[in-house]
Amino acid sequence: MKIQEADAKSLMLAQGLPVPPWEVARTPDEVRAAAQQFFAHGAAKVVVKAQVLVGGRGKAGGVKLASSQEEAAEIGARILGMDIKGITVRKVLVTTAAEIVREYYLGAIIDRASRRVVLMASAEGGVEIEEVARLNPGAIHRVEAEPMLGLLAFQARSLGLAIGLRDPLLNQFVAIAQGLFATMKANDADLVEVNPLAVVAETVGGEPQAKLVCLDAKITIDDSGLPRHRELEPLRDLDEEDPADAKARKLGINFIHLDGSIGCMVNGAGLAMTTMDLVNHYGGEPANFLDVGGGARRETVRGAMELILADPKVSAILVNIFGGITRGDEVAAGLIEARAQQVREVPMVVRIVGTNAAEAARLLQEARFETAVSLDEAAEKAVALAKGAAR
Amino acid sequence: MSILVGSETRLVVQGITGREGEFHTRAAIAYGTKVVAGTRPGKGGQMAIDGTVPIFDTVHEAVKQAGANSSVIYIPASGAPDAILEAVDAGIGTIVCITEGIPALDMIPVVEAVRRAGARLIGPNCPGVTSPGRAKVGIIPASIHKPGRVGVVSRSGTLTYEAVQAMTDAGIGQSTCVGIGGDPIIGTTFLDVLQMFHDDPDTDAIVMIGEIGGSAEEAAAAYAAANLQGVPMAAFIAGRTAPPGRRMGHAGAIISGGSGTAAEKIAALQAAGVRVADSPTQLPKLLIEAGYRP
Repeated sequence: MKIQEADAKSLMLAQGLPVPPWEVARTPDEVRAAAQQFFAHGAAKVVVKAQVLVGGRGKAGGVKLASSQEEAAEIGARILGMDIKGITVRKVLVTTAAEIVREYYLGAIIDRASRRVVLMASAEGGVEIEEVARLNPGAIHRVEAEPMLGLLAFQARSLGLAIGLRDPLLNQFVAIAQGLFATMKANDADLVEVNPLAVVAETVGGEPQAKLVCLDAKITIDDSGLPRHRELEPLRDLDEEDPADAKARKLGINFIHLDGSIGCMVNGAGLAMTTMDLVNHYGGEPANFLDVGGGARRETVRGAMELILADPKVSAILVNIFGGITRGDEVAAGLIEARAQQVREVPMVVRIVGTNAAEAARLLQEARFETAVSLDEAAEKAVALAKGAAR
Repeated sequence: MSILVGSETRLVVQGITGREGEFHTRAAIAYGTKVVAGTRPGKGGQMAIDGTVPIFDTVHEAVKQAGANSSVIYIPASGAPDAILEAVDAGIGTIVCITEGIPALDMIPVVEAVRRAGARLIGPNCPGVTSPGRAKVGIIPASIHKPGRVGVVSRSGTLTYEAVQAMTDAGIGQSTCVGIGGDPIIGTTFLDVLQMFHDDPDTDAIVMIGEIGGSAEEAAAAYAAANLQGVPMAAFIAGRTAPPGRRMGHAGAIISGGSGTAAEKIAALQAAGVRVADSPTQLPKLLIEAGYRP
């Protein structure tokens, strides 16, 4: 689950990370009020940042500086309601524009290859880290957190040294890296990223002093961790979610909306991907990825069919079930019930093999469903049906 | 021989009294697997599966009193990491964890503990391991198998069934089928299983079924290029049409930052001399083309 920058900052702040204060605003008036506060506390400029879960908001014009509260309100009016990669901006974050001396990158990820949490850092911060990885991979330094004990101070220190940090920033970096790891642990995150981790000039007792602060925050939560983090559920941004996703979640199925015309219902993630691939191979375009999961009951099948049919682009449906835990006859019964309630007629091809396939075949034959024996045949038939419907 | 499970397997089922545990234990016994014990803390001394399998409170007792040497875990995600560690502590050599939905951060210290103990963990979030004609541990349907000499390794569940069924239909039997699981953090990788197949005198050819996400298929391809020349090999990679940035059901199946794509994996395998199928039904034909004679 992706969460917004402002929420990610709250989770980091809770672990003691240095995150400068911010406000979230939903209207230009709220932007003005927030800006006024920061100007009153001595800000020379404020920054207004669109809160969207898609990347590239800066390039899309979703991040702007303002020198007065009036300008901030104008910028807020422009950004709020703006469309960024198909997402309407509903919230902005307002904060003091920091005087940045230097930008670094710091991130923590779960690395499959080493089977550990890996902390990555780079002196080339403030730009997309994927770009750095592509153009100058040597500039990204990494350290594997100890699997039993977590990120140890000496490990964090070696990372800080690798990106060229020295006193007094080095000790600040160690605390931040360990705080990042703590943020990951505390929330079952699978990614925690700060970009930029910035050196800013602060004046302490009349003396200029360098300080490391987290100017941006990106966190994604491991979906498998969510059941034990009920407190994070409100951070799910329903505004940015396809309504179909919420329904799929309730049904306990995996659903991803795509752009094609052939609705797919499959059991198992690997087989669902394969079914999409074969639809494509035979010249069609899948309308979705849909895994009904193991042991799906007829209610689930009915709900899945509603999800598929809710997409007006769907002109043919392919059902592919390889019964193991899932019983073929249960799926067939669900399909028959779904068709009885169906609001629009869409041609369908059904392939059910494995557990109770014979009973399923009998049910489907009685109900006059178009069936297929092999996976390839099913995909080919579905593509032909979709093309027939298009004519 | 075969790998991981076989006629020498003496299985303890952790969570034998649960719905899944009981159902699949019956199927395993019907297949001929030696199920010597089950565990359910608090029900030690009772019997499961119509009075045929003794229940113990702990895996330690199952090892000591029933001689268990392998375990399979049907315990919900909240208790599964502990169940794996209990099996490790009891000296179990092969642990198969079927459970799905274990948070990745929980698995990091667990796989490390397994490694330090020199044990072998398959999964989690996997369908299990079957050595056809010898033993079945997990949830792979018995009906799809045929004993033979092709090793199968896969990250998926039902997709594996599809591939194995296609092989059986074509008269190609299997030495062992291993479902390694679809999670980001798993105990045994493609590479590990390829090494085991390489060393198994009963395996003459290999089928590998991968999917988008991570780089385990690429690591396997590098191993195949160096060590498996002359071994007929065919592969299938799911997710050619998967959109980037979306998690495709399996927690491990996600294309991130432009890496982990099917195209990269297919290219790596082909460069290693592995034939890659457009559909799982083509796998038998590709094995024959690679020189395998059943």
